[in-house]
Amino acid sequence: MKRTIILSLFLILALALAACGGGTTAEPAAQPAANDAAAPAADQPADTEAAAPAATTETMVIGFTASQTGSQNVASTGQVNGLNLWKDTVNAAGGIELPNGTKVMVEFVSYDDESNTDRVQELYTRLATEDNANFLISPYSSGLTAAAAVIAEQYGKVMITTGAASDDTYKQGLTMVYQAYTPASRYLTGAVDLLEHVDANAKNIAFVYENSKFSTDVVEAARQYAEGKGYNVVLAEGYDPETTDFGPFINKIQDAKPDAIMGGGHFQDGSTFARQLNEKNIGVSFFALLVAPPEPDFADLGEAAVGVVGPSQWELQAAFTPESATAAGLDWYGLLGEEFVQGYEAKYDGTEPSYHAAGGYAAGLILEKAIIDAGSTDPDAVRQALEAMNLLTFFGHIQFDTTAEAHGLQTGHSMVYIQWQKDASGNLVKEVVWPLEGATAETLYPAP
Amino acid sequence: MDFLLTSILDGLLLGFVYGLAAMGLTLIWGVMNVINLSHGPIISLGMFGVYLLFSGLGINPYVALIFVAIFGLLLGIVIYFVAVNRVINAPHLSTLLATFSVAMIITGLGTAVFSASPRNVDYSLGSFTLGSATIPINRIVAAALSMLITAGLYIYLRRTRSGRYIRAVANNRNAAELMGVPSVRILALSFGIGTMLATVAGGLIATLFPFTILAGGTYELKSFVIGVLGGLGNPVGALLGGLILGVLEGIIPTFMPATWVPVIEFILFVLILMVRPQGLFGAKKS
Repeated sequence: MKRTIILSLFLILALALAACGGGTTAEPAAQPAANDAAAPAADQPADTEAAAPAATTETMVIGFTASQTGSQNVASTGQVNGLNLWKDTVNAAGGIELPNGTKVMVEFVSYDDESNTDRVQELYTRLATEDNANFLISPYSSGLTAAAAVIAEQYGKVMITTGAASDDTYKQGLTMVYQAYTPASRYLTGAVDLLEHVDANAKNIAFVYENSKFSTDVVEAARQYAEGKGYNVVLAEGYDPETTDFGPFINKIQDAKPDAIMGGGHFQDGSTFARQLNEKNIGVSFFALLVAPPEPDFADLGEAAVGVVGPSQWELQAAFTPESATAAGLDWYGLLGEEFVQGYEAKYDGTEPSYHAAGGYAAGLILEKAIIDAGSTDPDAVRQALEAMNLLTFFGHIQFDTTAEAHGLQTGHSMVYIQWQKDASGNLVKEVVWPLEGATAETLYPAP
Repeated sequence: MDFLLTSILDGLLLGFVYGLAAMGLTLIWGVMNVINLSHGPIISLGMFGVYLLFSGLGINPYVALIFVAIFGLLLGIVIYFVAVNRVINAPHLSTLLATFSVAMIITGLGTAVFSASPRNVDYSLGSFTLGSATIPINRIVAAALSMLITAGLYIYLRRTRSGRYIRAVANNRNAAELMGVPSVRILALSFGIGTMLATVAGGLIATLFPFTILAGGTYELKSFVIGVLGGLGNPVGALLGGLILGVLEGIIPTFMPATWVPVIEFILFVLILMVRPQGLFGAKKS
């Protein structure tokens, strides 16, 4: 009897913890001001514009979810901040101006997805059916986006994905989904090139990574690339996303005697891993971790951040300009990187934008340009504009794969690699170290 | 296999901190038969207490633990009177729901105030190297402090009047009341000490790993596994259970992929519940 009571108590406990682990609320993060105004890309002028002579104004609704709670909170918040800045910029200019003079104002509907895949599917269905979103933007992270992309396809909504690098989503025959980020298959390959550049004698790499879709995809591609270049993979092992104590794991890595460690996952595990690598001081010269290092908050690790390399989708130093667009034979669209940073810092109390924030803004910018090229918010016309897109923005080169095998996969954009270093006065600074043409400092090698 | 020894040592040191966290949970169960579902969020509060005192006021994290302990004690007494006291004699489900509500309140408020962003107490004492083994000194200090606190708790429960009252109430509340023990005050004090242990364990974990406001949940689960291993209601069993769990976490990744750690831990949890529900070291007799 007593045993039955204890067992049932723990069953209740497990359910309770599952409920409290995800987050707190299912309420909309931002209610639409007037959903019905958005229904099928209306041609009617808005009430307040009645006096305007020729130009009409319409409102389009863009739906997305944000991870206000749960493990993806940090990166997702940056992404959503970037999106909000884009919306404010567009609306402050009176909306997106179409060639026929119509102005399209932007309205967001978003919900907290609690970093939870089930919630994402439920909420994107709601965005597509109840909120009548004209277009969708992805949540943050590959796993959540994979879930959202299926819903976008099902309801025929064009979705721009950002914060989602996994390749697989675009290899499932989807036709409505377009990726802003460099795909996972090219995420860490540059780190292998950088290692080859700084030390021709380094031959052994340990790949250690979070057991998530994104990290596994990245590492699998980087591993094949490294082996193709003649490197020995001395350890390739995943860890649970909830891991807090990497001590025993690091001892195992040390035993494998690698010259370089590559992998990681997302912010929390990456920063925990980096701190313990530093404390264990295992004598490895090169660390390249995913996602966490480019985040400004990574500097909170202090000494443990020094020397860590990370791939970044965007860094201000890697300057893309109208001139570089002309030189590359591409069209330029949108604002300059400096303007983005100024706008972001002004809106968010001086907070420096991370690449997730730039990715959020870029998703809006891509949609904006496609709507202008299409001359309307008609989904088919916008899709055709996206298929033909080949341009340079402050975020980098944007072009999509249009083949049936990998439709919507980003083919234009590429990564830059940053490393945390100390400046002359001992402050931590983020420097671009690869590719060399965009580098702002020499690579610190071996890492301390 | 040098690294096996290092990993056992790593796990053992961390096991003391796990044991301390579990002791908070098991003390409350032992004295008043309440499973405290707010244990995890309270551990998180301990982490944030040390973080805020360190990063905001520049107080040494180990000194900050004293303030965190006082806060934990007072918080526990408040939680007891607000949420637990009126349902203490009701069926287990009522106390479970009451403490679950407290957990939701703390998590909700904590997320609103601190967000779920990771925080780090950037305070390193360096590393201690012996042969091929490198052990962070923070980990050694955390283990030493956990041992000290455990010893202090043991002496307190054995040698002081209120400690003896706690043991008396745990043993038989009705009989203790007949002997003039103020049982409500003693229950509140016990709950306070339980949450104090949780916040201090949280504070020590904050000196080892980055964390978020949701991080306490992981340690709450570990505390349950440890509680069942050592025997719910048995503080010394909790410490030993913590050491066993810590060593397992050290050894498992050396033989198989690290992702197997939680699988093995919970298989062990279920096995102990089925085969020896009173725990390896015996639970409190009811």
